[in-house]
Amino acid sequence: MVQPGEEAGLKEKIVAIFVWIAPAVTRELITSLPNLRVVGNCAVGYDHVDLAACAERGVRVGYTPNVLNKTTADMAWALLLASGRKVVEGDSISKNPSTSTFDSNWMGQQVSGTTLGIVGMGRIGYEIAKRAVGFEMKVLYHNRHRKSAEEEERVGATYVPTLAGLLGESDYVVLAAPATGDTHHMMSREQFAAMKPTGVFVNISRGTLVDQDALAEALRGGVISAAGLDVTDPEPLPRDHTLLSLPNLTLTPHTGSATLPTRQAMVQMTVDNIKAVLQGQPMVNEVALPSL
Amino acid sequence: MTYGHEPVSPEMIATSPNLKAISVVGVGYDHVHVETCRERGIAVGHTPGILSDTTADMTMALLLATARNIVPAYNHVQVSKQWKYYDPNILWGTDVHHATLGIVGMGRIGHAVAKRARAFDMRVLYYKRERRPDWEEELGVEYVTFENLLEVSDFVTLHVPLTEETTHLIGEAELALMKKTAILVNIARGPVVDHYALYDALKQGQIAGAAVDVTEPEPINTDHPLLSLDNVIVAPHLGSATVQTRMKMATMAMENLLAGLKGEQLPYGVLQPNFPR
Repeated sequence: MVQPGEEAGLKEKIVAIFVWIAPAVTRELITSLPNLRVVGNCAVGYDHVDLAACAERGVRVGYTPNVLNKTTADMAWALLLASGRKVVEGDSISKNPSTSTFDSNWMGQQVSGTTLGIVGMGRIGYEIAKRAVGFEMKVLYHNRHRKSAEEEERVGATYVPTLAGLLGESDYVVLAAPATGDTHHMMSREQFAAMKPTGVFVNISRGTLVDQDALAEALRGGVISAAGLDVTDPEPLPRDHTLLSLPNLTLTPHTGSATLPTRQAMVQMTVDNIKAVLQGQPMVNEVALPSL
Repeated sequence: MTYGHEPVSPEMIATSPNLKAISVVGVGYDHVHVETCRERGIAVGHTPGILSDTTADMTMALLLATARNIVPAYNHVQVSKQWKYYDPNILWGTDVHHATLGIVGMGRIGHAVAKRARAFDMRVLYYKRERRPDWEEELGVEYVTFENLLEVSDFVTLHVPLTEETTHLIGEAELALMKKTAILVNIARGPVVDHYALYDALKQGQIAGAAVDVTEPEPINTDHPLLSLDNVIVAPHLGSATVQTRMKMATMAMENLLAGLKGEQLPYGVLQPNFPR
């Protein structure tokens, strides 16, 4: 712990940063640390790290892919099922002191036998697709590049060349794409309108991929039936944000990877990434920096 | 025709001397006094099979919601609004993938749950009165004793019908056998679980959490101590609650009812008609 008055000289001592998905590792922070050599990002997304600034300063960046695939896919399914089958609302009804009978006609959406649309068939998207087979769901996916026939066959997924095409055919849409310049607000008014009115939207990637005003309107207006979000923009949302008052929205505060074994693995990987750089060893999980 | 679980008692049956058929919209018929129906030759029908997948879906919904702290997250984010900054140390849950699921009573619904669980790479154990080696082969599930299932499972789900034998099947002794990190899911009938024993077990940390779609009574009184715990999810009997499934159940129940009125074989009968024409 730094004692008051000890800050002077501290900036020169820092050679590594260990960071979760917040705070952002900005150009300002990076340039204020003259001897910084490595940013150990304890997450698979690195959109909060200024990679250009790192490249300019010769700072390397590690991240934690793969160890969180299954745990995050479980969370996507927890949100999908909770949203479709109204778990949170149902729990509130059961615990509400004014509830005296259960309305037999208060119902959720069917899951089994419906169509799951995965937007972003990366490592996590693949794990999400795998779980759908138990529910006898048809699996569609949209991705920048089509996967190989063998990869498609392994999870029984069918490629849809346009996002709109996937949205129109899916009962459940799960977004698992990275945050890049191309994906900013990729889900906006037009996209929610393309979904079925019974459709359920789940986002476990990054909040910036969704136009939140458009989502709130779509949920309020019955354009889609429900949504589940593990990520928002910003995180946290302001306490009076419109999304927080919607009964058909299930929110979790970015806990997609939050189990002990997965967090342990992520921390270990981040420490290993940092040590590798400081000891002059190859970094196993390194983010490719933009060329200058 | 019954939709919901109001008891169809001997007294109620006695008020209708011309009653020919009782058609239950649902698979469980423990609320119908079948003995009285048998004595009076009244047909009883139900809607098995059609709701197995949807009920299995709800089982997985409750299992995952409890495992990943969906309701505590709701309280943190939307109710108490304590979500002020990113905290990597809050709301840690438990992995479902590669965990061990114990299915108590593997009938049609249990079978459907096993299928879903295997897609999450769960190890699936089951206990059932009659072993099903064909299902073991088909699904990759393992047969164990009831005690062993309770001892080693990370998640225990109940899919038994309610009978005298299964009343309070899960009580103090059974909860004590379970792992301290285990989660119990009851989507069968409320009385299968001793609710006060469940409350004690949760309060003392003998198990980690529970999710129930059914209670005793239903609805459970909202001042019941079980509802005061933040690691209990209570759903208002949503097992088969989707429009598609309820429509199919209603159609089956109508077919049963019409057959019963005509004195014909019920397509999905618990008791077939047996009254003088």
